[in-house]
Amino acid sequence: MGVKLLLEKAHVEGIRSYEVYRREGGYRAVEKALKTMSPDAVTEEVKKSGLRGRGGAGFPSGMKWSFLAKPEGVPRHLVCNADESEPGTFKDRYLMEFLPHLLIEGLIVSSFALGSNATYIYIRGEYAWIPDILEQAIAEAKANGWLGKNILGSGFDCEIYVQRGAGAYICGEETALIESLEGKRGNPRIKPPFPAVKGVWDRPTVVNNVETLAAVVPIINMGGEEYAKIGVGRSTGTKLISACGNINKPGVYEIDMTISVEEFIYSDEYCGGIKNGKRLKACIPGGSSVPILPANLLLKTAKGETRYMNYESLSDGGFATGSMMGSGGFIVLDEDQCVVKNTYTLARFYRHESCGQCSPCREGTGWMEKILKNIDMGKGKMSDIDLLWDIQRKIEGNTICPLGDAAAWPVAAAIRHFRDEFEWHVKNPQECLTRNYGLANYADPLEVKSEM
Amino acid sequence: MEGLFLSLFTFHFSLFMVPFSEEKLAKVQEIIARYPEGKQKSALLPVLHLAQEVHGWLSAETMDYVASLLQLEPIEVYEVATFYSMYNLKPVGKYMFEVCQTGPCMINGSDDIVDYIKQRLGIGVGETTPDGLFTLKTVECLGACGYAPMMQLGKHYKEHLTREKVDQIIEECRKQAGQLN
Ligand SMILES: Cc1cc2nc3c(=O)[nH]c(=O)nc-3n(C[C@H](O)[C@H](O)[C@H](O)COP(=O)(O)O)c2cc1C
Ligand code: SF4
Ligand code: FES
Repeated sequence: MGVKLLLEKAHVEGIRSYEVYRREGGYRAVEKALKTMSPDAVTEEVKKSGLRGRGGAGFPSGMKWSFLAKPEGVPRHLVCNADESEPGTFKDRYLMEFLPHLLIEGLIVSSFALGSNATYIYIRGEYAWIPDILEQAIAEAKANGWLGKNILGSGFDCEIYVQRGAGAYICGEETALIESLEGKRGNPRIKPPFPAVKGVWDRPTVVNNVETLAAVVPIINMGGEEYAKIGVGRSTGTKLISACGNINKPGVYEIDMTISVEEFIYSDEYCGGIKNGKRLKACIPGGSSVPILPANLLLKTAKGETRYMNYESLSDGGFATGSMMGSGGFIVLDEDQCVVKNTYTLARFYRHESCGQCSPCREGTGWMEKILKNIDMGKGKMSDIDLLWDIQRKIEGNTICPLGDAAAWPVAAAIRHFRDEFEWHVKNPQECLTRNYGLANYADPLEVKSEM
Repeated sequence: MEGLFLSLFTFHFSLFMVPFSEEKLAKVQEIIARYPEGKQKSALLPVLHLAQEVHGWLSAETMDYVASLLQLEPIEVYEVATFYSMYNLKPVGKYMFEVCQTGPCMINGSDDIVDYIKQRLGIGVGETTPDGLFTLKTVECLGACGYAPMMQLGKHYKEHLTREKVDQIIEECRKQAGQLN
């Protein structure tokens, strides 16, 4: 059993309620921070912990906090990003649903560190039943003196509010989220200025993921240095992975980032192996935006070394032969899955979610979807594959926000590693409607053809 | 003539725009109080959710009413209502089946679930049954990928869908609707 810092108490009967959470040691981090530490000392602990943002980008959280501008007389805000809409990702939902007080505790400590007297949880609208759970936890925390005015006599005031989105993946991007919180369309802003200087209502703002903010609780309880001892290298602490696809035990797992990908997929403690005794074909290890890897490159790096479930190892080899930790949405495909079809559904997703501000993203995602659909339906041409490659390259890096990249990468990686499968679709327009290409280059991915 | 026009107008108005109850108005005030002074526009998304609860969709009249509540220009409301996929700009059935069709759900058989619902209800995607009970919609990832295939039904998710489970859900909805009428 690996170390559990976040989900340790997830199965304690009644842990959703304040009484049980408190009895199990909850709100100790608030006591410690507000009674014995200064806000800067809290930030310092987070820095020492090596905690990296769990929303996808993996930016060091302590450093991000220290960038927050603190002009005299201007209120600052912490905003919790609970928009969780990256396909394959459902870990924040699990935390909020089963351990709401852990998030609230993390929010209070973090708000104290950042000086946020009004903190907002922006949650995707479809999670329509969760705001009730969070609001109840907030009310309980407030009734017990953990929120409100002059908390624990520290002089620090804090309120937490839940704001529901209304269906838009793009609102997970922090500046789009801020726009949405201001009651506008979720159009990302051009940076700079960064939210740390000009965020919600033009005030300095920190946006952090749910899991990131929950992790602040064990960091304060055990101290940043102790936290940093868990894990490996710059992948400190624990990470929640939401596993789905063709596996025996889909669900949310907490790992300490020292286990191998192979162990994660095949051990009974985690995914429990591939469903129905099938073989593993491919995997998208960090949410739909990150590159898909064929089985052989997933389990071992191009150098033949074991690949581990951490930031460094998952990205070993760059995009040529590696992928990314991303949001921790782990999507497993077995030998019967069609990479073309899967890529098509993801392209459709990004077309649907593009906010439409930048032409490469707005037009390019539409073209990619159409071309992929044609290839999937046996109506593609060989030149379409190169055209797809060309389009994704023209989107990447040419847009206001990273959604453009997020749409380009899955298409690029699918062609890079599964080009033979795309070609087979084109050459076998009838057959591809009735059967799948199968495992193909499971053990020997084709070399990259049009990477130049 | 003018009188007829006027009465038609008020008829139209009253059909699609129900002013909020006292309770809802109090809720609006509570929401506005969460933001700094003068930033009541931030209440727009939550208030549109409240408004949609009344009829299940947002008519132009309803949006104008929301604009007046928050002291916004109507266009500020329209542009937001048209951006977010959860706001319905047309009437929908009493029960909306929103089936996720993104990758992880697709590889677990969401296409079959959509086909089966179409067949059971005799409608296509985006359509409503003639009795106004059901609407079928396909949506993108709802954050339930590990419990696929799945759909959203009102406030909740229905997960691990099978054909049998779809039958049950349709049955339950019909029963519930029968009791309400
Ligand atoms: C298109 C897009 C969608 C995103 N969606 C989310 C999301 O749902 N949740 C999240 O925490 N971060 C999301 N992010 C990342 C946020 O912009 C931001 O980096 C993150 O909330 C920062 O928190 P962290 O440092 O704690 O990870 C998204 C980014 C992009 C470009
Ligand atoms: S990259 Fe796409 S989603 Fe991002 S701002 Fe541009 S059009 Fe909008
Ligand atoms: S892909 Fe269907 S819920 Fe995520």
